[in-house]
Amino acid sequence: MAKYLLLKHYRGAPEPACEDFVPMDQWTPEEIDAHITFMNHVADTLRERGEFVDAQALSPEGTFVRFDGEGRPPLTDGPFAESKDLIAGWMIIDVDSTERAHEAAAFLSSAPGPGGRPIGEWIEVRPFMSEPPAIA
Amino acid sequence: MEGLLRELGPRTLAVLVRRGAEFTAAEDAVQEALIEAVRRWPERMPEDPPAWLVRVAWRKFLDQVRSEQARRQREVRVAVEPPTGPAEQADDTLLLLTRCCHPELSPASAVALTLRAVAGLTTAQIARAYLVPEATMAQRISRAKRTLRDARFDRVGHAAAVLRVLYLMFDHGFTGPVDVAEEAIRLTRQLANADRHPEIDGLLALMLLHHARRAARLTSTGELVPLDEQDRTRWDTAMIAEGVQILQGALTRDRLGEYQVQAAIAALHDDATRAEETDWLQVLSWYDELARLVPRNPAIVMNRAVAVAQVDGPPAGLRALAEVPDGVPRRAAVAAWLHEHAGDAHRASELYVEAADAASSEAERVHLLKRAARLR
Repeated sequence: MAKYLLLKHYRGAPEPACEDFVPMDQWTPEEIDAHITFMNHVADTLRERGEFVDAQALSPEGTFVRFDGEGRPPLTDGPFAESKDLIAGWMIIDVDSTERAHEAAAFLSSAPGPGGRPIGEWIEVRPFMSEPPAIA
Repeated sequence: MEGLLRELGPRTLAVLVRRGAEFTAAEDAVQEALIEAVRRWPERMPEDPPAWLVRVAWRKFLDQVRSEQARRQREVRVAVEPPTGPAEQADDTLLLLTRCCHPELSPASAVALTLRAVAGLTTAQIARAYLVPEATMAQRISRAKRTLRDARFDRVGHAAAVLRVLYLMFDHGFTGPVDVAEEAIRLTRQLANADRHPEIDGLLALMLLHHARRAARLTSTGELVPLDEQDRTRWDTAMIAEGVQILQGALTRDRLGEYQVQAAIAALHDDATRAEETDWLQVLSWYDELARLVPRNPAIVMNRAVAVAQVDGPPAGLRALAEVPDGVPRRAAVAAWLHEHAGDAHRASELYVEAADAASSEAERVHLLKRAARLR
C-alpha cells in the first residue's frame, strides 16, 4: 500500500478542464448540491474500500509568503490568486498501486458540473515518500 | 491481562475455525468471549484460561448459529460434531494464517486481517501502524472478511501466499507504537514452529538477518546508511547467529527456494566483519541461483549486476545491468554506483540525481543527492 495526495487544481493544470468551463460561482444551487453530494459519495466509496485517509477543501484565497531577512516582517506576495495556480483542496488515499490511484483520481474528476455533465477537472496525483524498504 | 488476552484471542479463533466455524461468525464469537473474560476474570480467574475462552466462544458461536433459522442445516451438522480434544496450537495457527492470507485478498487487506486475527492487534493499533484512520482500517478488515466468506481454500497452494504476506508485513517497518516488522517475525516464527518447511525457515532467517542490521541502517537524523558504510558493531550478532543457524537447518533439507537463497545472500553480508571482507564470489553464485529460481525478475538481475561488478569489475557489472529495462525502480541508483566505481564521476553524478528524483523515501532521496554532490 502506498499513500497518494490527490490535488484538485482550479487553475495551474495542464489546460482548462473543458472548453466551456464555467466557474462554480455561476452554477445553479442544484448543480452545486449535486457536485457536493458526488464529492461526498467519492469519499464514502473510498472509505468503504478501506482506502480513504483524509480530505480537506481550501479557501480560494492564498498568499505567497517568504523569509525576507532577519528582523524584517515576512515578505508576502498577493493575494493575486487569480493569476496563479490555485488549489481547491486535497484528498489523501492509501491504495495498492499507482494504477488504482489514477483510477480513484479519475473518479474524483468525474464530479458533475453545469447541466450534470462531468467537469473533468485535472487532479494532480503525487505519491508520498515512505520509509525505505527493509529488504532492498 | 491485556497481553494474555491478546495472545489467547487468536488461539481461540484458530480452534473455532479448525472446528469448522465460518470465519466472520467465529471472530464475532471470540470477541464476545473476550469481552466476557474482561468482565469476569478480574473477580475470578479460571483455572485454565485458554480452555475457558474456547468453551465460552464455542457456546457463543453455537448460539449465533442457532439463532439463524436459515442455517439450521449447518447447525445440526456442526453441533453434533464432537469438539476435538486439546488444540494442537501449531496446526491451528497455520490454518488461521492460510485463511487470512488468501490470494483473493489484496495484499493490504491480507496483512490487515492477519494482524487482526492472528497477531491479535486491535484495529486502532493496526491503523496507527499504517497511518490511516481507524474507520478506514476497520473497513479494510471487514471487506477482507466478506471476501473470505465466499473464498475457497486450498491449503497446499496457499502456503506461498502466506509467506508473501508475512514478507510484505516485514518490509513495512514502521517503528510506531506497533512495530509491524517485529510482528511479522513473531508470526513467521510461530508458523515455522508449526510447519518445518524449508522455505518458512528461509523467510524467518531472511527476516532475522535483515532485522539484525536495523540499528545501523539509518543515522540518528533518519538518513540512509548503505551497507558498506554501516557501523557493523551495531549489528545484533545474536540475531545473526540465530538466522544463520535456521538457514543452515533449512539448506540441509535440500529443497531450495527463493527465501532461502535471499537469506543466504544476507548471511554472507552479515558474516563479514568489514565490508571489504564480503565473500562476493559466493554472493554472486547465490544470485545466479536466485535468477534460476525466479527467472526474468528485473530486481534480481539488477542486484546481481552489483555482485558481478564486485567480482569481475564495474564494466562487467554495467554489461549485466544492460539487460534491465529503464523504469525499473532503483535502476538509476545502481547504474550510478557502477559508473562511480568505473571512474566516470560525471555520469555517476547525473545518474544519482536522476535516481534521487525517482526515490520513494526521503531517506533514500537525501542519500542519493549527497552522493551526487560529492562527485561534482
